Amino acid sequence: MSDLAVKPIDEVTPQVSGPPKAADALEARLAALDLPRDGFAVAARVDALARLRAMGLPAPRDEYWRYTDPRPFNAPEAQALPIVGGPESPLFAARDTLTLVFVDGVFDAAASDDPALDGVEITSLADAGAGHWAEDLYGTLEAAGQSPVRRPFAVLNTAAARDGLLIRVTGTPSKPVHVLHRRGTDAADAVWHHVIRVEAGAELTLLESGTIGARSNGVIEADLAPGAKLHHIAAKRANDPKVGLSHLFARVLDEASLKSFTLAVNGRQMRHEAVIDMVGDDAVAHVAAAVMGDGHVGPFHHDDTVFITHAGLRGESRQVFKKVLRNGATGVFQGKILVKQGAQKTDGYQISQALLLDEASQFLAKPELEIYADDVKCSHGSTTGAIDDEALFYLRSRGVPRDRAIVFLVLSFLADALAEVEDESLRDEINERLDAWLTDQPLN
Amino acid sequence: MLNINNLHVKLEDEDKAILKGLTLEVPAGEVHAIMGPNGSGKSTLSYVLSGRDGYVVTEGEATLDGASLLDMDPEVRAAAGLFLAFQYPVEIPGVGNMTFLRTAVNAQRKARGEAELTAGEFLKVVRAKAADLQISPDMLKRPVNVGFSGGEKKRNEILQMAMLEPRMCIMDETDSGLDVDAMRLVADGVNALRSPDRSFLVITHYQRLLDHIKPDVVHILSNGRIIKSGGPELALEVEENGYGDLLAEAG
Ligand SMILES: Nc1ncnc2c1ncn2[C@@H]1O[C@H](COP(=O)(O)OP(=O)(O)OP(=O)(O)O)[C@@H](O)[C@H]1O
Ligand SMILES: [Mg+2]
Repeated sequence: MSDLAVKPIDEVTPQVSGPPKAADALEARLAALDLPRDGFAVAARVDALARLRAMGLPAPRDEYWRYTDPRPFNAPEAQALPIVGGPESPLFAARDTLTLVFVDGVFDAAASDDPALDGVEITSLADAGAGHWAEDLYGTLEAAGQSPVRRPFAVLNTAAARDGLLIRVTGTPSKPVHVLHRRGTDAADAVWHHVIRVEAGAELTLLESGTIGARSNGVIEADLAPGAKLHHIAAKRANDPKVGLSHLFARVLDEASLKSFTLAVNGRQMRHEAVIDMVGDDAVAHVAAAVMGDGHVGPFHHDDTVFITHAGLRGESRQVFKKVLRNGATGVFQGKILVKQGAQKTDGYQISQALLLDEASQFLAKPELEIYADDVKCSHGSTTGAIDDEALFYLRSRGVPRDRAIVFLVLSFLADALAEVEDESLRDEINERLDAWLTDQPLN
Repeated sequence: MLNINNLHVKLEDEDKAILKGLTLEVPAGEVHAIMGPNGSGKSTLSYVLSGRDGYVVTEGEATLDGASLLDMDPEVRAAAGLFLAFQYPVEIPGVGNMTFLRTAVNAQRKARGEAELTAGEFLKVVRAKAADLQISPDMLKRPVNVGFSGGEKKRNEILQMAMLEPRMCIMDETDSGLDVDAMRLVADGVNALRSPDRSFLVITHYQRLLDHIKPDVVHILSNGRIIKSGGPELALEVEENGYGDLLAEAG
């Protein structure tokens, strides 16, 4: 523990780097938050606050925010956004999982399963005291992920998160850990921060589902020891208007494997950043997303921003991002593969594709490769297309009605992303849910 | 059953006429073959009959059992009993062959006011018919036509036809890409479906398929028109002499 830990937050002098107005905006943002001032990981929080004051909040003109407007996340207060539609049973609800409920980002022990499970130790962040094992990790992967690109909202999260899960995986738990989100109030501004440490050879499946806050800021820091495996699947409730930011910071050591899949259906403005550092040799990291946005349900803007760094030998990374957009929906993909010097035999793959169901929708993609090793195999591609008329005719000529045929073709388009969900029954459940959503809201 | 009268068709995107007054009648229970040089309009005819976009009918009509086909959506034509075995079957990744076929069968049944097949009923039928066509259970599970060889795709078309039990079957070069044994399988499949109230329009370049599927009438299509119709001997004549004399005769 650094002795910074004892320095109360109020005594940290703001280091203003930007113009005074920007600093004022940040102070207004901070003033609206109830920052934790003691207890678990206070040193990391103090450090985060200092880092945030040094870097400031993003402005719309920042290169990294060129395609996504940061202002809804900069505003001190969350805008109230009532959920729409009737009740919907969350994904994974029928499975045998260790379900841990969060209401507006706050762990609800009474509504949750008993967190005792062989092979995994779980504490809520709010319950963790100083000296908890996760203090050494909290904020460190996030801080490491600030270079070469700044991610101020993750820093803000480290400073401000009051709750989350601290998960240490020591074996292979018999069932997935399932974070089930619920919304308490319409203007909920939910902030949570999970720290996951998967020990050598251990394995965890982490599921996320349910209704998140009108505004949310979630961070996961995942540290994978040699040979560890983490399967992460995030599938929040469809259709709710929300502005949401999420960050996944991961460090992947030798022969460890991280597979993360996100499903998003409608919403308002979301940005998911995955920052993965493949430090060890023979490490594996797959990130994928299936996204469907219909501007008719409400404004839709979904941004996936990925940064994968290969530092070890023979690393394998895959990025598979698919977005189905219509009625003025916007999809964004910024994806980078950085292969450091010495990361020989790297196998990096990246594909981002959009299916535009009309001309009012758009897909903005910025794929990047930066390679400093000479013996690597890296490829990236990005496409934007419409429904394939020939396939549509083929299906209809067999008697499949047009609406149903389009559902088939949308599922067909998303299939490569879903294939990244390793567990077949989870994959089938997601596919069935997608099918049901598409059938309920015919894509004309 | 199928009546095509003075059909004129041009492309939607360019001012190019492809069918130029095509007249053809296929009575119930009969098998008619269409032969003709490349580019004469055979596939276009099959697409226009089944409702593909991109073509404009400028004159003439086509009816199935007296009902005008040309204003119907493709799925409505299918439910009315029309089926096209594609010259180039389409691959659809991520959609299971079985899911697709069951959806198609039940959509047609529903459109006709018939009870839908349960998963179990469907499975039983499809397995038996697939076995007849030597389509493996593994192929049934795969996505529609993905990774199928050319010949497998054609057999899969015939499986769909057997499952959908259409009354008017149009087959566009189903024999191309089939090996000798597969050709026999496909022909057996077709012959098993022959019945007094089902008709076939078989587009082919080769006499061989017609050895297995005996046509009642053979038509020669050239430059968007039927230039000659006759019995099975017409196919033999084409096989031996090509189209030269026939085209010259037609002027
Ligand atoms: N969508 C299209 N765009 C441009 N030309 C077309 C289109 N569809 C058909 N054609 C043209 O129309 C003519 C008829 O084509 P069609 O495919 O019907 O011939 P076919 O008789 O089936 O030939 P084949 O024996 O080679 O299969 C050809 O000249 C073809 O190039
Ligand atoms: Mg053809």
